[in-house]
Amino acid sequence: MSRRSGTAIPRWTFVLAVLGALFILLPLAAMVARVRWSEFGALITSDSSVDALQLSLQTSVTSTVLCVLFGVPMALVLARSRFPGQKVLRALVLLPLVLPPVVGGIALLYTFGRQGLLNSGLEVLGVEIAFSTTAVVLAQTFVALPFLVLSLEGALRSAGGRYEAVASTLGAGPTTVLRRVTLPLVMPGLLSGMVLSFARALGEFGATLTFAGSLQGVTRTLPLEIYLQRETDPDAAVALSLVLVAVAVFVVTLAHRVRDREDRP
Amino acid sequence: MMVTADVRRRLGALMAGVLAVGSLVSCGGGDDGGAAGSDGMSGTLTVFAAASLKDSFQEMAAGFEDRHPGVSVRMSFAGSSDLATQIISGAPADVFAAADEQTMSRVEDEGLAIGTPEVFATNVLTIAVPAGNPANVDSFADLSSRDVATVVCAPQVPCGSAAQELETLTGTQISPVSEESSVTDVLGKVRTGQADAGLVYVTDIAAADGAVDEVPVREAAQLPNRYPIAPLKGGDEELAAVFIDYVIGEEGQRVLSDRGFGEPAG
Repeated sequence: MSRRSGTAIPRWTFVLAVLGALFILLPLAAMVARVRWSEFGALITSDSSVDALQLSLQTSVTSTVLCVLFGVPMALVLARSRFPGQKVLRALVLLPLVLPPVVGGIALLYTFGRQGLLNSGLEVLGVEIAFSTTAVVLAQTFVALPFLVLSLEGALRSAGGRYEAVASTLGAGPTTVLRRVTLPLVMPGLLSGMVLSFARALGEFGATLTFAGSLQGVTRTLPLEIYLQRETDPDAAVALSLVLVAVAVFVVTLAHRVRDREDRP
Repeated sequence: MMVTADVRRRLGALMAGVLAVGSLVSCGGGDDGGAAGSDGMSGTLTVFAAASLKDSFQEMAAGFEDRHPGVSVRMSFAGSSDLATQIISGAPADVFAAADEQTMSRVEDEGLAIGTPEVFATNVLTIAVPAGNPANVDSFADLSSRDVATVVCAPQVPCGSAAQELETLTGTQISPVSEESSVTDVLGKVRTGQADAGLVYVTDIAAADGAVDEVPVREAAQLPNRYPIAPLKGGDEELAAVFIDYVIGEEGQRVLSDRGFGEPAG
């Protein structure tokens, strides 16, 4: 529609787009400029740093597995069935997306905490969640689960139900249809959801701090370690932040690759 | 590099400005337009104070404004270490009140404090337990038991280094279930019953208003935390000096002792 050649979008949008991009990139560049490269290796390989990175990766992987375990059925139910109150339920289970993580932490505390709602039941089972790695995984899963549900639900809706209908008229049972038709069809959406959940779990801070505490090797994940190091050793905090950025960039790139494959079936 | 350093300083100042405005709004304080009071003093005084000083300094700000109607005091409360970092990156503040001398010395080392900081209060560590003391903690030595879920501050923050000194002094080895980044986080874990005990300051117990019980540690009195205050370079020096006199003076000291703080000499 524009009389200008080359593109159909107004030129002023570029100015704002560039400003927006700078707003995101400039702080990252400022952080990189602060890294003391001579000490970088030593800073990120200290005992506490390695423990924190290891714990972060281990808990984020576990949380992602839990997200798949519960998120796939949730997405299926939301995308493929109809029941009263579905819209409300959908909005509610996706709430952690918009909730401040510290609020999530408080909610978890009053559910799984030592004086929480489920405390007597957990005590009978001999499960002690307070200040354990389990608490970290719970906090991460709580904030990451909606990402997987949302991605997969979108993929399921855009894939439609035609192939599934054909498969079932050919005599396949519901579980076979799910395994052989539905899941392969939405695999790119599932993978991208997994990557997003993993990234969200990796960055989890507020809920973990509120609910799980902070102890080296047990509950002190990389974001908590960065927060603590910042008090006395800003250089270490910056170096560790860069590690987290690197992991995040890797994960986002992966998500984009997956999304591209999804766009070009 | 000059440009980036300059940009960095400006960004720092901008961020600190946003923070200061935020705290101004949350305190509900307003600028009265700078009209001179009866004593001729006017303007806005910006005070950066340690989080543990929040209640007492808010009360003092109100008292100070009553005494000097032309002056409006705005406060920014955060961990001392955070505040020191903000000041060093160019935050516009007139007065800094820190929770320990080590943190104040960071600001002094940058040449940003005027004169020698004055100690205006002390605080000592104590044990906070959930109301009713479910784990029956009686003494500091009880905290070494694995059956007592104890939460402390991490050694990187002032309350954590004070806890380590207390451990050394008493020969007690605590194996905490969590090392928190601030004393308020420790109190929060005790308050909600997640932890059986936590090392906090006596003033935190007073501020918790009965939500937690105290198990005093006799030896803690030997290791008081000293709170220094100093005017800052580039601020309103005259107004800053009058405010510091107020904090050190009779009225300020009364407010502090009401909240559980010890005398500077202690």
